[in-house]
Amino acid sequence: VYQVFESVAKKYDVMNDSMTLGIHRVWKDILMHKMNPSPGTLLLDVAGGTGDIAFRFINYVRSVREHQLQRKLKHHQNLSWQEIFESYQKDKFNSLGDSQVVVCDINREMLKVGKQKAQYLGYSEGLSWVLGNAEELPFDNAKFDVYTIAFGIRNVTRIDLALQEAYRVLKPGGRFLCLEFSHVSNPLLSRLYDLYSFQVIPVLGEVIAGDWKSYQYLVESIRRFPPQEELKAMIEDAGFFKVDYENLNFGIVAIHSGFKL
Amino acid sequence: LYPGHIPTSPLQKALLAAGSAVMALCDPYRHDMVAVLGETTGCLALTNLRDKMKNHPEGYHILQERPRIRLSTLDMTRLQGLPDGSLGREYVRFLEDNKVSPDTRMPPKFVDDEELAYVIQRYREVHDLMHTLLGMPTNMLGEVVVKWFEAIQTGLPMCVLGAAFGPVRLSTRKLQVLATELVPWAIRSGLNASCVLNVYYEQRWEQPVESLREELGIFPPP
Repeated sequence: VYQVFESVAKKYDVMNDSMTLGIHRVWKDILMHKMNPSPGTLLLDVAGGTGDIAFRFINYVRSVREHQLQRKLKHHQNLSWQEIFESYQKDKFNSLGDSQVVVCDINREMLKVGKQKAQYLGYSEGLSWVLGNAEELPFDNAKFDVYTIAFGIRNVTRIDLALQEAYRVLKPGGRFLCLEFSHVSNPLLSRLYDLYSFQVIPVLGEVIAGDWKSYQYLVESIRRFPPQEELKAMIEDAGFFKVDYENLNFGIVAIHSGFKL
Repeated sequence: LYPGHIPTSPLQKALLAAGSAVMALCDPYRHDMVAVLGETTGCLALTNLRDKMKNHPEGYHILQERPRIRLSTLDMTRLQGLPDGSLGREYVRFLEDNKVSPDTRMPPKFVDDEELAYVIQRYREVHDLMHTLLGMPTNMLGEVVVKWFEAIQTGLPMCVLGAAFGPVRLSTRKLQVLATELVPWAIRSGLNASCVLNVYYEQRWEQPVESLREELGIFPPP
């Protein structure tokens, strides 16, 4: 799996856009809305390689923060200018409101691409990049408010271990969110989806990234992945409560959510 | 069927052919796309070539023995030591001048017959020898000229497309030279020459390039 992502790293984003016709962006936006993070949240994004979730998190928290500041200023209408200036100064230093995201990935190349993107797009504060294995995270217990893994858990050999690690590093009250390809139950759609997956995606891989085999692997790994209910059971086994899932696009993609109590 | 073979459905081949054609035009450095285009569209042409080879004593030999041209099989020092004007010496000179190596040819992936896979592999490895015989460098102009020659010789759709669309990226001055001198010469030579895949080049390193040209029927380059 490591070599697949080494060769795939640089063209990862281009391929994602081509394969999903840009819809993966919508899926990730929906994940972020579901998460609805407030400023001060500490997020761990596992298998987050090129930073898509991390950047969305920062954007979301920033805009929530801005709204907060705006509301605060409205309430301060009858204060003196001096007082308003002082309070604004204090708040200005935490445009993120102390929110932070740690991007963890097992693959150095993916992290490299992510860091370059962050620089290019102008993301600097509240972001850190850590090399690590989802089955054995380099973090202490009960550190994070939210744990996300977007299109990454499919590539983990021992999903149960990754879920256990997720449980371990989350604070009590923390939330687990998983965005992943899942099973389409509608038979007609399933046929079309299979056709598209097996006929078109490896071709796109060959033409855009010069790599048929990696994308053939991708399509096959999606088929081998446990369906919605099974994954829900596995998440419950790891100790999470109120485990639920939401299908996107008829089950092509699903968001599973669970809480550590 | 053979190491590196990726079986593909007709739909996949069609998509690959279209995709690789577009990609090859957009990014001329994607040699792998040119290769893929050749493999997915060359079925008929390759069969014709294989039959031509079967019916020719030297070609038949090549199909039997399946020689490969690569740095590990070539004795570079021996070839360099050959007299100037000999095939071996000129071939090595070509490789050095243009800084190319025979090892950069893509192995076939999408050809569904292993003999035809060899034929296309042979075609790719002999491509540099074409440059030597035609006296053309590896710049865009030279490549287009060689493509015209190969298009006539092999009938591979990839060569035809390359010959037709390659000039799109050339300046007008070069286009003029191309149209007035080089292409007509390439076409005449291509039509006149016997099948270039039927030549066992590895046994002819000592033969002077001029004599090989005459034997094949390639007119002297302008």
